[in-house]
Amino acid sequence: MKAKASDHSAHILPLRIYLGVGFALFILTGITVMISFVDLGGWNVTVALAVASIKAALVVLFFMHLLYDNKIYLTIFLTAIGFLAILIIFTMFDTMERGRLYPEKAKPIKPGAAIYEREDSLSSRSVDTTKTDH
Amino acid sequence: MSEAVAEKNYLNDPKGWKSWVFTLDHKRIGILYLASITAAFFLGGVFAVLIRLELLNPGQDLMGPDTYNQIFTLHGAVMIFLFIIPSIPAALGNFFLPLLIGAKDVAFPRLNLASYYIYVFGSMFAVYSIFTGAVDTGWTFYTPYSTETQTSVIPMTLGAFILGFSSIFTGLNFIVTIHKMRIPGMTWYKLPLFVWALYATAIIQVVATPVLGITLLLLIFERVFSVGIFNPDMGGDPVLFQHFFWFYSHPAVYIMILPGMGIISELIATFSHKKIFGYKAIAFSSLGIAFISFLVWGHHMFVSGQSELAAMIFSFLTFLVGIPSGIKVFNWITTLYKGQIHFDTPMLYALSFLFLFTIGGLTGIFLGALATDVHLHDTYFVVAHFHYVMMGGTVMAFLGGLHYWWPKMFGKMYNHFWSVIAMILVFVGFNVTFFSQFILGSQGMPRRYYNYLDQFQPLHAFSTIGSWILGAGFIIMAIYLIHSLFKGRKASDNPWGGLTFEWATGSPPPHHNFKVTPKMTHGPYDYDKVLVEQTDY
Ligand SMILES: [Cu+2]
Repeated sequence: MKAKASDHSAHILPLRIYLGVGFALFILTGITVMISFVDLGGWNVTVALAVASIKAALVVLFFMHLLYDNKIYLTIFLTAIGFLAILIIFTMFDTMERGRLYPEKAKPIKPGAAIYEREDSLSSRSVDTTKTDH
Repeated sequence: MSEAVAEKNYLNDPKGWKSWVFTLDHKRIGILYLASITAAFFLGGVFAVLIRLELLNPGQDLMGPDTYNQIFTLHGAVMIFLFIIPSIPAALGNFFLPLLIGAKDVAFPRLNLASYYIYVFGSMFAVYSIFTGAVDTGWTFYTPYSTETQTSVIPMTLGAFILGFSSIFTGLNFIVTIHKMRIPGMTWYKLPLFVWALYATAIIQVVATPVLGITLLLLIFERVFSVGIFNPDMGGDPVLFQHFFWFYSHPAVYIMILPGMGIISELIATFSHKKIFGYKAIAFSSLGIAFISFLVWGHHMFVSGQSELAAMIFSFLTFLVGIPSGIKVFNWITTLYKGQIHFDTPMLYALSFLFLFTIGGLTGIFLGALATDVHLHDTYFVVAHFHYVMMGGTVMAFLGGLHYWWPKMFGKMYNHFWSVIAMILVFVGFNVTFFSQFILGSQGMPRRYYNYLDQFQPLHAFSTIGSWILGAGFIIMAIYLIHSLFKGRKASDNPWGGLTFEWATGSPPPHHNFKVTPKMTHGPYDYDKVLVEQTDY
């Protein structure tokens, strides 16, 4: 039970670590803002998500003490993140890859629906002007 | 006089209805769950008989198409959410997990009671939905139909949402209990295999159930506020609903089957009086199944417009489930080999599990194969497949566990002769009902229709007769089990000659489970080291 007592005392961190992490969070926020003015194509989202993940990791590890706590909490936290990643990535195997083998020929059920707006704006920008559904 | 000084046990001490309603004793909560899920099973069973009755002849005889849609939806929803998911973990698991690890109770007794009342609360929503125009979407609540149908989708999905919390609480409780409450000396590799199975189940319950909760909540949002998430008419993606839904509901299949497999491991070892073969392989295959179960959900969507790439990945990963399942089946069979097998009723259920689950599992491989699935999708082949897994697997294991632990739970032994008769009726009735559906499905009979072509009539009639045999088996079972409570002969502490800790205490156990804290003198399956006799034949 000695380990338990030392576990708790380890919670107190020097102030400079908190300030350092806080400063890092500000810097990363600045990076997010700046990168939004640069057009990286699809990579904008990737970079923004990467920066956000680093920030979340800093908060969780230092402010929420996950780094210093019993490692089982970190394991559980990472497991949960892992399953969330599985849900999103495997779903994207579907949503990002539709119509590869057999192009989708079906007409939209409701052409004016919001889901098609992005496609419309893309097709109107593209050179191919034969695609005027409505 | 001797009657008056009956031994104190958890059933008669403490006394009074309040001591039951507010009980924190895991055994009593297990009994409350057992009573509730039995009621749910009866309700779902009545719906099943009605479905089969309508399908006895082509055309409309008993109910119209709309009523039929509601009845099969209710059958599915009640059986899945109210019966089979809580069945083994919350009823038998609750009762026996602490006993198996030598503990006095689960880690969080209050959370345990809360999970029961949340279950009751959620069930009330489900029952309420039945009286306010019962859902007709199928238990899967697929969009866009579920956002448009006029039936009471919201109470039913809200019910399932609430029931999810009950399931999460049970899972959370079991994980902590298994980590923290084992008696000294009970290392992970000395855990009974039922405990390993409950552990794997609990992980799925905790990790997957929230996704169902949020999905059903989004569905309610879509219905109430017309937010376009799943319904293409509002700009949503209906296949996304299927992704979210099956991310929970495929692993949920393993919430149902894994604890059943755990029971089978106990039964096979006890009734073979032999050390279980491949302990670690069985233990880790439970965790393996739990993990793989999260990677295969897309096999429900091969014909839903999912991308070809996703379909290929999901099809491949689905085959992997066959490996840990196969490991278990082969280890059980190897345990039987040269064992001292006693064919008592629980063992008969275990053997029928082996037979039926193998059929259910292998037909799952058929359906996991892309091209085959396109032909068999939404036919009775699928219906037969999952009934072989769910009923031939989980329900058989549940019945095996129930008959195995009945003398421990109530201190009374049921009538052996009638229990064997009921077992035979259930086994035969099950196969008559559902094997015919494999043939129907491969011939192209689609599921979820109240009507069919004349050519399918003989097999449908055959299947309906099977449902009557099944019903007769369950009625006999109810009679002899209830009879045993009042007139049954007193059961000994260890009727089957088991080595796990629940047999080292009284039948029924005292309030705090053990009079003396048990000691870890042998492993759960050390039949090669310890001499233990079956005292009940
Ligand atoms: Cu599945």
